Amino acid sequence: MSKVIVHALYDDDDKLRDGARRVRELGYGINEVFSPFPVHGIDKIMGLNRTRISICCFIYGCTGFSLALWMMSYMLIYDWPIDIGGKPNFSIYHNIPSWIPVLFESTVFCAAHGMAITFLLRSWLFPGVSPKNPDPRTTDDHFLMLTTAYSEQDVNALVGAANATGAVEVKQVASNDSHH
Amino acid sequence: MSQYTFTSKSRYTTFGLMAIGVLALAYGAINHDISGTRFWANILLEGLFFTFIALGASFFMALQYVAQAGWSVVVKRMYEALTTFLPFGLLAIFAVVIASAIGGHANSADIVYKWMQSDATDIAKKVPGVFDEMLVKKHLYLNVPFVIIRTIICASLWVYWVRLLRKRSIESDLTGDFLPLHYKNVKTAGLFIIFFGITEQLMAWDWVMAIDVDWHSTLFGWYLFDDMWLTGVIATILLTLHVRRRGLLKEVNENHMHNLGLWMFSLSVLWGYLWFFQFMFYWYTNIPDEVVYFQARIDHYRLPFWIMFCINLLVPLIVLMTRDTKRNPRYLILIGCIIMVTHWIDAYVWVMPGTLGLTPKFGFYEIGILLGFIGLFLYVVLSNLAKVPVSVKNHPYLEESLHHHL
Repeated sequence: MSKVIVHALYDDDDKLRDGARRVRELGYGINEVFSPFPVHGIDKIMGLNRTRISICCFIYGCTGFSLALWMMSYMLIYDWPIDIGGKPNFSIYHNIPSWIPVLFESTVFCAAHGMAITFLLRSWLFPGVSPKNPDPRTTDDHFLMLTTAYSEQDVNALVGAANATGAVEVKQVASNDSHH
Repeated sequence: MSQYTFTSKSRYTTFGLMAIGVLALAYGAINHDISGTRFWANILLEGLFFTFIALGASFFMALQYVAQAGWSVVVKRMYEALTTFLPFGLLAIFAVVIASAIGGHANSADIVYKWMQSDATDIAKKVPGVFDEMLVKKHLYLNVPFVIIRTIICASLWVYWVRLLRKRSIESDLTGDFLPLHYKNVKTAGLFIIFFGITEQLMAWDWVMAIDVDWHSTLFGWYLFDDMWLTGVIATILLTLHVRRRGLLKEVNENHMHNLGLWMFSLSVLWGYLWFFQFMFYWYTNIPDEVVYFQARIDHYRLPFWIMFCINLLVPLIVLMTRDTKRNPRYLILIGCIIMVTHWIDAYVWVMPGTLGLTPKFGFYEIGILLGFIGLFLYVVLSNLAKVPVSVKNHPYLEESLHHHL
């Protein structure tokens, strides 16, 4: 038989967690989970890798820091030195205490915006994208777990696991994935 | 069995430390180099440092009620035990204020709070070097009777509310009907936090900022507030780990330590933020009568001043950033002890330049008084901890705390 995607819809995040745990115990992988809010601990149950967004955050933060440092040393030391309050202003070393607020803000600005944009791009979420969410109820009060079945036996096991953990609706959708 | 025992070995250790403190006090009282300002400045320094730990724990205790925090219930007895030192520390500070008031009344310059000297505000005599025009204008707020009255009112209300909170919390374990007690505590905690938020600022000015009376900073109260909170949390961490090493408090796991570690991390960063911005604004504006405070510290107390700042900001920032270190007791103990030591140095830098002048003095007297206060603090906290079971039995959020997971 061709590949079948089992949709298990839950109305409670605890039941969703139980269902996901059951599926993993049976030795199956979980394609995706759709939820209206972050479900605590679901990433570990699904067996997702640790997020790399903190590495991105560090890189964006360094970028923001260097950009601000370059901007201020260009403006205040190289291009147009201004004597502010009698402060020595012809070297980075002497100016650095008064630059710290700007360095800090720029670092935070670039790290936060960079992370948000990276996350949206990685999740392919921006205006004009057709939604990947198979069921609009998961934007309200339901939770959806998608698993893949390759055989009749898989279907029985996955549907059984969903029903046993209190899924309110279980559907089998023939996959139109061309790589089967 | 969830009863902490204050073993005779640790009791004698604290007695030994207290004996060292009493010896140092006696030595200071008869030694002419020490008796006078240095004698009282050290009592004030230790009084502030240890009172701030107790005050931080008190605020943290009240905060858990007001914020309806669930995770902290299992470590509740720890910060409650730390608050019991509050009256002792406040008495030490009060003794210094009274001693300064008496010395100042007799017009002695050998006192901690120089502004209390009667010649400092005497317009008729205008003694050069002692008379202070600015003090005359501040006299309406900064005068001896008013400071003493403020100190008494604030200190007694703090102690009253904090003891009430702890008393009700202990009572709720003995009765089945604990919910009314909990809701009463939520109300009391709210009152305490509002009162404390205002009066802590006043006391920060009166007790610490008034040492360098011509200098003022609107940020100073917040800066001390963060210091209290941070040292209170670190003391809670260290006490919890100590009790856990005794085989008690099995319900406290690495998730609770993670939360406490998060507090230590974020409050250290906030401390660095407040410290740096207080410094930077004075450095940047460079107004002569405002920079005297930092001039004395940077020119004459350079080593404690900078080293303290760098360690207090960078060590927790780098080490406690990752998840694993906050869940590892070894790292928590190591970083906690480092921050405690450097915060003591911070307190040293608050008190000493304004009282003892520009030559840093550090010797056996300072160490002896510090050890004495450590002994007293540990004795009070541990003997009160041993009076009640360390595990909480009745609390509306106990179940949530037991299943806390990060």
